[in-house]
Amino acid sequence: MLQLSKVTKIFNPGSVNEKSALQEITLHVQTGEVITIIGSNGAGKSTLLNVVAGVCEIESGKILLDGEDVTCRPEHIRAAWIGRVFQDPLLGTAASMTIEENLAMALRRGRPRFLRRGITAAERKMFREHLALLGLGLEDRLGTRVGLLSGGQRQALTVLMATIATPKLLLLDEHTAALDPRTARTVMALTERIIAHHHLTTLMVTHNLEQALRTGTRTIMMHEGRIILDLSGPERSRTTVADLLKMFGQASGNIFADDKVLLTGS
Amino acid sequence: MSLSVWLGALEQGLLWGAMVLGVYMTFRVLDFPDLTVDGSFTLGAAVAAKLILSGYDPWLALVVALLCGALAGLVTGLLHTQLKVAPLLAGILTMIALYSINLRIMGQANLSLLRAPTIFTWIKGYAALVPLGPFLLGLMLVALVLVLLYLFLDTELGMAIRATGDNEQMIRSLGVNTNTMKLIGLAIANALIALSGGLIAQYQGFADIGMGIGMIVAGLAAVIIGEALVGRQTLVRALLAAITGSIIYRAVISLVLQLGLPPTDLKLLTSLIVVIAMAFPLVRRHLGLKTLRLRSEQGAAAKQSNEDL
Repeated sequence: MLQLSKVTKIFNPGSVNEKSALQEITLHVQTGEVITIIGSNGAGKSTLLNVVAGVCEIESGKILLDGEDVTCRPEHIRAAWIGRVFQDPLLGTAASMTIEENLAMALRRGRPRFLRRGITAAERKMFREHLALLGLGLEDRLGTRVGLLSGGQRQALTVLMATIATPKLLLLDEHTAALDPRTARTVMALTERIIAHHHLTTLMVTHNLEQALRTGTRTIMMHEGRIILDLSGPERSRTTVADLLKMFGQASGNIFADDKVLLTGS
Repeated sequence: MSLSVWLGALEQGLLWGAMVLGVYMTFRVLDFPDLTVDGSFTLGAAVAAKLILSGYDPWLALVVALLCGALAGLVTGLLHTQLKVAPLLAGILTMIALYSINLRIMGQANLSLLRAPTIFTWIKGYAALVPLGPFLLGLMLVALVLVLLYLFLDTELGMAIRATGDNEQMIRSLGVNTNTMKLIGLAIANALIALSGGLIAQYQGFADIGMGIGMIVAGLAAVIIGEALVGRQTLVRALLAAITGSIIYRAVISLVLQLGLPPTDLKLLTSLIVVIAMAFPLVRRHLGLKTLRLRSEQGAAAKQSNEDL
């Protein structure tokens, strides 16, 4: 489904601030795999997602999506394959536009846009059904501007928008990190439901180690632009959070200090 | 003040309304502070006047003016999207370049349309409509532009353009080339502005190289006045606000001219109107008027989310 081979990304190449965010990353993702990505701050987790989505160009390496070489394709072309949810709930929606307008734009992801009507009556009915499944009461507020919604509602809407035109690949970048614990759980449950329903191939960055092991089928750990651990199958199911921390210490020679605090959370 | 002065203000407000819609399109919809306006307005006037004096149909002259304006908008857009020039500078570059181009088109600094056939001499030919002819013509044209713009902004393409101004990253992740959206938006905006220029030239009976100076500020003044009075909660309201603002702005100008303000002081007055209009929401907030309504809306939204999550 997704193949990265020897992908290297360097920020500010040739300057004093040069920083190699990804170093020859090779990763093969099978169709239907749900991969959680963990690692300390600056490990390159978000950069990895951005490189896959085409937000930033890479210095070397190759990216294949569904067998097609997309290394040089810009973000808006790759969007045809990819659904994304950002960490900041404000980034995934257009605040000045209504719920139905946002959904209508998401429904047309990767399709050329012409002078056809932006929303049809049939689509409106479909949006209402999808929104009802969220259980947030948004199905009766199609004409409400998104800016009036809470962060949790906006993020739930963004998850729906990322998946309403079924993507081949779903990228989640700590999409519950900015929400309060209760809302985060709701949005996470919704996300898992949608992933399971459509059998979506997913890359999910998370800071929550417990969630990383519990969700999905495979867990990779990143450190300083490299993948230092790749867990799946029975090996993964045996692993505990404490094991993860130990493995991180061994693999990186560091202590997972900055994320330890987060373990006490949900 | 006599009725004819008010009627004149109304006519001008409508004809300048297309320009205000163009400014609304760039500043509000695209979130692109486009200063091409000063140049593209004069461009529209120059092209229309030149064509009419060359014997072409005044309606055809308007269409060509419109297309030329779109071209000017495209130039600004290309400077920004391809050469990465900042929006303000891109607009200024085109505006300054257009000054020379406009002079070349006109061949002199001023073209008089006295005794030339215009769409207004045409409508004045219908005796039954006197003295409302120009007003009705302006009303019809603006209504047409308004409806077309509304329908366009509600299409797939129009929505993508609005989203580009709202949240570029989001709409790009939904597969839209935001550079193309900016080009289309700027072309449409400047086409409207040039159309307005062509209309005003025919209405006033002349095109002048300096007629576009300060047009951006006048347009902004009208947009802000309109939004303060009509609001911009929905697309329809925002579009109507632009036209309302345009009419009120022209009425204010007519009023102060009647009161004896020298016309040379108008630019100063226009700038002051913008400053006052921009301060207006702040003043309202200090008085607690705006916050009351907004808070109730936010309160409702927050309450809803608490119940839901």
